[in-house]
Amino acid sequence: MRFQLTEEQRALRDTVRQLLVRRFDDEALRAAVEAPVLDRGLWRELGAAGFFALRLPEADGGVGLGPAEAVLAFEEAGRALLPGPLLATHLAAGAVPGAADGSVVVAAVDGSGLVEWLTQADVVRGDAHGAVPLRSVDPLTPLHRVPEAAGAAVVTGVRGATRPPGAKGSRTPPHAEPAPLGAADPTAVLLTAAEQLGSAARICELAVQHARTRTQFGRPIGAFQAVQHLCAQMLVRVEVARAAVYAAAVTADPVDIAAARLLADEAAVRGARDCLQVHGGMGFTWEAEVHLHLKRAWVRTHRAGGGTESEELLAQDLSTGVDGHGAGLRTR
Amino acid sequence: MDLSYTPEEEDFRERLREWLGKVLPTLPPKPSPDDWPARRAYDLGWQRMLYDAGYADVHWDASPTMRLIFLEETEKAGAPYVGANFVGLLHAGPTIAAEGTAGQRARWLPPILRGEEVWCQGFSEPDAGSDLAALRTRARRDGDDYVVSGSKIWTSHAEVADWCELLVRTDPEAPRHRGITWLAMPMDAPGITVRPLRTLAGSAEFAEVFLDDVRVPIANRVGDENDGWRVTMVTLSFERGTAFVGEVVACRRVLGELARQARANGRWDDPVLRRRLGRLNAEFRALWRLTQWNVSEAEASGRVPGVGGSVFKLRYSHARQELYDAAADVLGTESLDLDRPWVLDRLSSLSYTIAAGTSQIQHSIVAERILGLPKGR
Ligand SMILES: Cc1cc2nc3c(=O)[nH]c(=O)nc-3n(C[C@H](O)[C@H](O)[C@H](O)COP(=O)(O)OP(=O)(O)OC[C@H]3O[C@@H](n4cnc5c(N)ncnc54)[C@H](O)[C@@H]3O)c2cc1C
Repeated sequence: MRFQLTEEQRALRDTVRQLLVRRFDDEALRAAVEAPVLDRGLWRELGAAGFFALRLPEADGGVGLGPAEAVLAFEEAGRALLPGPLLATHLAAGAVPGAADGSVVVAAVDGSGLVEWLTQADVVRGDAHGAVPLRSVDPLTPLHRVPEAAGAAVVTGVRGATRPPGAKGSRTPPHAEPAPLGAADPTAVLLTAAEQLGSAARICELAVQHARTRTQFGRPIGAFQAVQHLCAQMLVRVEVARAAVYAAAVTADPVDIAAARLLADEAAVRGARDCLQVHGGMGFTWEAEVHLHLKRAWVRTHRAGGGTESEELLAQDLSTGVDGHGAGLRTR
Repeated sequence: MDLSYTPEEEDFRERLREWLGKVLPTLPPKPSPDDWPARRAYDLGWQRMLYDAGYADVHWDASPTMRLIFLEETEKAGAPYVGANFVGLLHAGPTIAAEGTAGQRARWLPPILRGEEVWCQGFSEPDAGSDLAALRTRARRDGDDYVVSGSKIWTSHAEVADWCELLVRTDPEAPRHRGITWLAMPMDAPGITVRPLRTLAGSAEFAEVFLDDVRVPIANRVGDENDGWRVTMVTLSFERGTAFVGEVVACRRVLGELARQARANGRWDDPVLRRRLGRLNAEFRALWRLTQWNVSEAEASGRVPGVGGSVFKLRYSHARQELYDAAADVLGTESLDLDRPWVLDRLSSLSYTIAAGTSQIQHSIVAERILGLPKGR
């Protein structure tokens, strides 16, 4: 068993990180917050770097890598707060011409009835008819709601699941039965968890940096146990989530993926809250980066079925354990 | 990233499973938790069986992955855990192996491996718990011996131990960490009084140990005089490595049993409880993955798992308490009946955030040694 990043995986992670540091620095982030307009140049660069085509087979013009590599790339995106419908475009590679190389921006209607970046996308997957904008809590994620689809079983993002023309009448009616468990695309859940992980790791670093440098009562606040323990808890959440997310990428098991999602959501949301606390009044400002992580983390928790569906899937797994032990005691 | 095992590792697993299938039915019935002599005999007997089958030194010499497989398979098969062999196999033994002389290794290690001698750990004192370096048990040289006086507390298995890994103060003038020495004390030496302490779970798992001019040969010192703090740190790093592998496997089994129980008594229809169990499933899956991650890291770096174990221990001890709290919710009023399964486990889970470094201390370790925050106050 060698459950560690390989040399190639480390290199891939570093490449994505460097690209994002170079092309999406602090200044670019600030600019994007004030005017959330997609940077098409950056989008094409991401395409050229293989961000969208990462899992597409080489025969189809893709990079031919697996979910593990995609997870590392999305982790970096989450870390950098990279805006745009990254997930929808990535999932559209191979199905929507131009998605793979970044020349076409793809948005998608999520099972929650929300669409991220609708008006700036070139192609929309799923039926966004009647979508109305809402004043998004996250300044870096424009959101629309598709009224009829709210909470219903709209299958999205799955390669090839784009609704055929004229299928509009098949839209799920309001108050329909909830989607069956596992209806959410596991890949969408996994990559969302990866973004949460990246964000969680970043805010832990931000908190630690601040705790080392901010001085009160004549010493760095990081010398106070109350602050130390907040930071330690952030790290613990990150490390547990990391193991869960990476393992889910290796096994691609929907139950592992559901677990990864819960741990990563927790690490990102609670981590951002704690990071905010460590920053004091500064944490409550528009200026500090913290709120952007918190708000984006909130948006991600609603994607692809949300945490409730993951909890139900994991509960179901307990009583249908595969090897008679319950609890799905498979170890690989 | 690879979660598959090598053919060699799979082969090890296969042979172990086969062996467990053969020997476990031949084990005598588990003794009552209150019968310490019987527990001692049972735990030593199991270690002897491991020795005869070539598995005795799996905690010391096997690769971290082999150790993981061993702990996973023995737990799944329902084999006994280390029990009274805990300190010998996971604390004192590894310390002697790393820091002892050839003569000391030859004297103390084989009886641990063969299941002949039980060790206990005499570190904590009434006034030195989290602040271990405040320990005051005094040792003075007299001829070829140290003469030791003081008292230890919370000493697990003291009643049935043959040896005690003892921390004593040999230089009261030196800075706290530099006046401590590590001794192997025979538990039958004159001057030792063991008074069992009853835990909140009802049984006597640990004891107070009073030392009144106990003579311990200088030859029983491991490491240099006044170098015991460093020697001790070697021991503690073993404690936080793979110590909980079997327990995580066991917790996942319990979770499955809880789900079945909840279905049987109707609690499953409560979505809040059901999702809570689902969340615990995520939690223990993640802890299992973190174990695999840490083991792979130890294997790749060739080092014993270090402070990373604190991250695991913090989360695991909390999760274990959550698990048994959820069990109580599944049981309802039956959770007040000590004869129901999980009720005693719920009680013993309360020690997990205290023993082997409290959660507060572990948080500080993570903050200072992993995150590099300034020393706390
Ligand atoms: C089941 C069990 C078995 C044990 N077995 C053994 C054994 O075999 N051998 C042995 O030597 N010891 C053993 N111990 C002892 C164990 O290591 C100590 O109980 C533990 O280190 C805590 O010390 P204490 O009990 O003195 O608590 P204290 O150190 O007095 O702690 C009391 C409270 O204060 C907090 N606290 C203390 N210092 C700080 C600080 N600096 N910052 C923040 N909070 C702080 C603690 O977190 C805790 O909440 C065992 C304990 C248990 C529960």
